[in-house]
Amino acid sequence: MAEYQNIFTRVQIRAPAYPGVALPSGAWVRQGKGSFFHLLGRFGDAQIGPVYLGTAGLLSLICGFVAFEIIGLNMFASVHWNPIQFVRQLPWLALEPPSPQNGLHFPRLQDGGWWLMAGFFLTASVLLWWLRMYRRARALKMGTHVAWAFLAAIWLMLVLGIIRPVLMGSFGEAVPFGIFPHLDWVAAFSIRYGNLFYNPFHCLSIAFLYGSTLLFAMHGGTILAVSRLGGDRELEQIVDRGTAAERAALFWRWTMGFNATMESIHRWAWWFAVLCPLVGGIGILLTGTVVDNWYLWAVKHHVAPIYPQVFPTVIDPATLTGAPK
Amino acid sequence: MNSVCNSQIGNMSRMGSGRSRVQLRSLSLGVASLALVGALAGCERPPVETKQDGYRGTGMAQVINPRIDAVKAVKNDVPAPIPPAPSEGPLASSVYKNIEVLKDLNVAQFTRVMLAITQWVAPPDQSCNYCHAADMASDERYTKVVARRMLQMVRHINSDWKDHVGKTGVTCYTCHRGNAVPQYVWFTNPGESAETGLIAGNAGKNKPSSGVGLSSLPYDPFTEYLLGDRNIRVISTTALPDSDHSSIQHTDATYALMMSISQSLGVNCDYCHNSRSFAVWDASTPKRTTAWYGIRMVRNLNNAYMVPLTSTFPNHRLGILGDVAKVNCATCHQGLFKPLYGESMAKDYPELQGEVHHEAPAETAPATPPPTASLKVAAN
Repeated sequence: MAEYQNIFTRVQIRAPAYPGVALPSGAWVRQGKGSFFHLLGRFGDAQIGPVYLGTAGLLSLICGFVAFEIIGLNMFASVHWNPIQFVRQLPWLALEPPSPQNGLHFPRLQDGGWWLMAGFFLTASVLLWWLRMYRRARALKMGTHVAWAFLAAIWLMLVLGIIRPVLMGSFGEAVPFGIFPHLDWVAAFSIRYGNLFYNPFHCLSIAFLYGSTLLFAMHGGTILAVSRLGGDRELEQIVDRGTAAERAALFWRWTMGFNATMESIHRWAWWFAVLCPLVGGIGILLTGTVVDNWYLWAVKHHVAPIYPQVFPTVIDPATLTGAPK
Repeated sequence: MNSVCNSQIGNMSRMGSGRSRVQLRSLSLGVASLALVGALAGCERPPVETKQDGYRGTGMAQVINPRIDAVKAVKNDVPAPIPPAPSEGPLASSVYKNIEVLKDLNVAQFTRVMLAITQWVAPPDQSCNYCHAADMASDERYTKVVARRMLQMVRHINSDWKDHVGKTGVTCYTCHRGNAVPQYVWFTNPGESAETGLIAGNAGKNKPSSGVGLSSLPYDPFTEYLLGDRNIRVISTTALPDSDHSSIQHTDATYALMMSISQSLGVNCDYCHNSRSFAVWDASTPKRTTAWYGIRMVRNLNNAYMVPLTSTFPNHRLGILGDVAKVNCATCHQGLFKPLYGESMAKDYPELQGEVHHEAPAETAPATPPPTASLKVAAN
């Protein structure tokens, strides 16, 4: 019983490796017989394999590898192929998009052409992986919820990388590939467009992001807390409420006044997770295309509060006559 | 446990035996604490003090680390002033030859300035000889020619750039601090030689650079903003898209310049700006105005004083592109919001407040008009 009082998995079930349900005819075969890894079993299922690659999966891996190589080799070249500097400077290195003067033309390779190619292959890889995910769900006669959730994330990526830059008429608006550079891009993007915190879709996206973590913690905590009463058998308890479901519901009614059900909590969580990148992508798409300064927009529409003046009045010196340029 | 396992086929493997469990636990603890130390290695040790200076809830606050301040305080001790010189006596220009700038000083005042420069700038082992040849009047050494121009610059700053330096003013010591070449100067940084062929360029960024706070932002924002006069403003002034097409790359460059200012002054963004809107002036602090004049002052000094000296300096004093050492905010501020904590050395040196002889600097210098406006005169 004490096994479920621990926050880490302390139980590993060992049975002959399960190869999965029969595949429809014409599909690739699953490779390997499956094997067990004790350490993996501490976090999830100890069984790895058999592996199903499929056409979409294979193409996705190839495209992903091409993108990875384009980005990585350009970064490596930027430190003159010095492996020590490559490791030391890796967080700073990047593959930059074309310069803003380039507009939407296909640039020379060294002026952003590599970036465009890496973006193409990365997009192809992600979309092929999405296709594989959709098809695998279908092959297992599952719903396709996971694929659609993944597509919400892909939407945000495509808005940042291609849809918005095309609408703005410049690939230079897109994000560089690189660790610090993409973070600095985020800050520069917010600065340029007058503070993204005043973008209502950004607000919504943050609410769904934090909401997702909150729901995840509430749901995970609840199920672990009632597992000793059979609450880990969520699916049965959806239609046949046992004492675990009753106690969990009562707990939340007592503490929060309202509760999800064993079924609806999963819809809440799915929608929160999906809406986070979905509305975030809308917010990015509107930036620069429809709204150019979110702070001024928020002032105009009385979203931004007006605070009392605490400093002496400050005038832009550039507007004064005779001021230096 | 029964309810879980009885229905399952197969055996159950429990965690390893006592000893390996302890080993694994201490190993993962060790790894976790190492990772924690690594992640925090770049952080300042708490506690820090926070001083709110804006309206509550707006996050306008300065963060002060007393341990870092203690180190800075030692570095920014102001040397005791040299006893003042009597105001009577013959003019130095009537006694010494080849005096072009300090013509208005008497011999005692003149000697006092020379003494001060020797303390503030000249390497101790060379003293007067650092600038003067055996014939003291000769312009044989380049250092003398530079020093003359620098004296003009100091007087120019003290009389024409009061919008930035106020009554505090500057002396040679503000930048030099006992060094022949000020510790914080900059040269145009062309980056590493471009890779030949088809390798992607780095757009002048993505190298850890101390000048811009070790960010991946452009590593040389100085050439275009503090030598050139590229427009710093990249934030749209209208809510909806209009005529502002400033790019993200332009924003990166401005952001890099702002990071360099933040670092040079040891302050946050909201020392000058209101973080809700970096652009809007009526939400900013009055310090932003001072900084605005500071940027124009630095541009003026680089173009009117430093660049024309390029051919005067020997090659080993020049940058890799053969450009002269130039000024930015750090040159004077050296990590403080006010150089030397705002202590005025200039008030003890009326000799450095003298009038400026506005002779035309070398032909290459684009003339930036000195600021004649005061804040009271609004344009519209």
